[in-house]
Amino acid sequence: MEFNAIYVIVAREFKKFVRERSRLVSAIARPLVWLFLVGAGMSRLVPPVGGVSYMQFIFPGILGMTILFSSMFSSISIIWDKEFGFMKEILVAPVSRLTIVVGKALSGSIVSTLQAVIVLLLFPLLGLKLGATDIIGAVIICVLVSFSVSAFGIVIATFYESYESFSAIMNFIIMPMFFLSGAMYPVKLLPEALRFAAKLNPLTYGVDALKYVISPLAHGAMSPDFSIVTDLAVIVVLSVIFVFAGTKAFERRG
Amino acid sequence: MPIIKVENLVKRFGSITAANNISFNVEEGTIFGFLGPNSAGKTTTISILCTLLGPTSGNALVNGYDCTKESSSVRKSIGIVFQDTTLDKDLTAEENLLFHAYLYNVEKAERRKRVDDVLKLVDLFNRKDDLVKKFSGGMKRRLEVARGLIHRPKVLFLDEPTLGLDPQSRLNLWEFITALPEKYGVTIFMTTHYMDEAEVCDNIAIIDNGNIIAMNSPEELKKVIGGDVIYLKTRDNAKAKDEIKSMLDIDASTRDGELFISAVRGDTCIPELIRTLGDSVLSVRLQRPTLNDVFLKLTGKAIREEGGADTDTIKAEVRAYRRRHE
Ligand SMILES: Nc1ncnc2c1ncn2[C@@H]1O[C@H](COP(=O)(O)OP(=O)(O)O)[C@@H](O)[C@H]1O
Ligand SMILES: [Mg+2]
Repeated sequence: MEFNAIYVIVAREFKKFVRERSRLVSAIARPLVWLFLVGAGMSRLVPPVGGVSYMQFIFPGILGMTILFSSMFSSISIIWDKEFGFMKEILVAPVSRLTIVVGKALSGSIVSTLQAVIVLLLFPLLGLKLGATDIIGAVIICVLVSFSVSAFGIVIATFYESYESFSAIMNFIIMPMFFLSGAMYPVKLLPEALRFAAKLNPLTYGVDALKYVISPLAHGAMSPDFSIVTDLAVIVVLSVIFVFAGTKAFERRG
Repeated sequence: MPIIKVENLVKRFGSITAANNISFNVEEGTIFGFLGPNSAGKTTTISILCTLLGPTSGNALVNGYDCTKESSSVRKSIGIVFQDTTLDKDLTAEENLLFHAYLYNVEKAERRKRVDDVLKLVDLFNRKDDLVKKFSGGMKRRLEVARGLIHRPKVLFLDEPTLGLDPQSRLNLWEFITALPEKYGVTIFMTTHYMDEAEVCDNIAIIDNGNIIAMNSPEELKKVIGGDVIYLKTRDNAKAKDEIKSMLDIDASTRDGELFISAVRGDTCIPELIRTLGDSVLSVRLQRPTLNDVFLKLTGKAIREEGGADTDTIKAEVRAYRRRHE
């Protein structure tokens, strides 16, 4: 792997992210809308279970949503780069395809972890009490989940050549991933078929892992669905698989 | 040893054969031109040479490395300006170049200096902090050529570098490009479908439908035409035409209000014409054969100037339309 190349791929993404105010604003606004409009509304309907309010319950899911959108957007910007030619500048350079994929996945991870951290810092508003170690734990999980989702997004991006496919990706990949991640309702309460789909979703394990940190004392319906070891192992294994698949796809030549 | 060596290269896309068993060599430090109409297979050949496409069969070596098996070494040896721009328009000129310097692992101590040097070379140093989206077509092209030079490549590929540029920018760009081999020892491999631009090349391969149909220096290629072309304007073209036929036994034809005569030696034919026609001659033009004539002769068709109807073509069409309707 070429570290200068990884560095500059990440630096480019970061620079563009900072420059593009609207992207930052909508990236922060989306979770806030879901948390305070949807979450607050639903709280009227869903009573607290096992000491966890509905708003507290969806908080890990909202962090997951922040990561999902921003990692996926960052990765499918590859399609944009293909359409506008910049991808060729990268592909013709003497860097391994693994470097390109890792660089892109790290770009997505850094940008989305940053946003997730901004949302995470709202925890006092929800009546949550998190200590320094909880916050560090949550950030580490965010980094891992972001990397995994970004790598997944890269694999998706290799299937498309034109940005016209954006709305298809939005409707048929990103939105289902969000709703089938245990973000808004516990996976254990889903019907069999949907529960199966949720188990295939990388985001599910990220949201689940965050539940351990955000509401460690939860029990009953709103408690996590898998063990934390399972969560972390699945996230890491999936990341490796996605990076590998993405690299293979990039190595293909016409 | 040639710096580019292509042997029996074939590339098929389904039923389309974009490169049909082509072979050629390019010597180090020269300018080599790939000349042919749209869809001839120029971009496909460049894509194979710069490792973005794999050939269906055949071999290609750049700087001694195999384009299929040693792609990383090939990539280190080349710079490329693609047919369509590959700059990031949301970054500044300098940022685009720095991106490239990191990507090609230029040492830290050298990075800034090289970026500044190439910016000055293409006269964009004072615009380095501007976003590329604010640049004109010519500026973008210059920036891309500059970028291609940062890592000191052995071969610089230019795929239709002047496409879509106005005549002035085209001229400037060529002036700059043709100076590169001497300045940097870089070999230039360029493609174009503008016949006149290929004149700057040391050697040219004319490609049509995936086949190389001729390969030589521009001068040698033009010898196949075997003569010159004379355009003559007189007070009475019809009368002059008859006189030329009866006195000199040369067939002239009329084109756009001018008499058109093809002659083996134009320079000696002109005095004869003037002696014959006396002061009814208004103007005489001697035209050396162009690469366009070569292409016409070899393929039986003129090179199509498709795509971006430039203003000259539009003007010509408007004039033709008026002639027909007035
Ligand atoms: N990726 C591709 N898939 C299918 N056909 C292609 C592809 N790339 C090029 N072609 C075809 O190959 C031929 C040569 O194209 P190209 O090399 O781009 O020509 P040029 O650059 O000389 O205009 C054309 O007929 C073109 O349609
Ligand atoms: Mg082309």
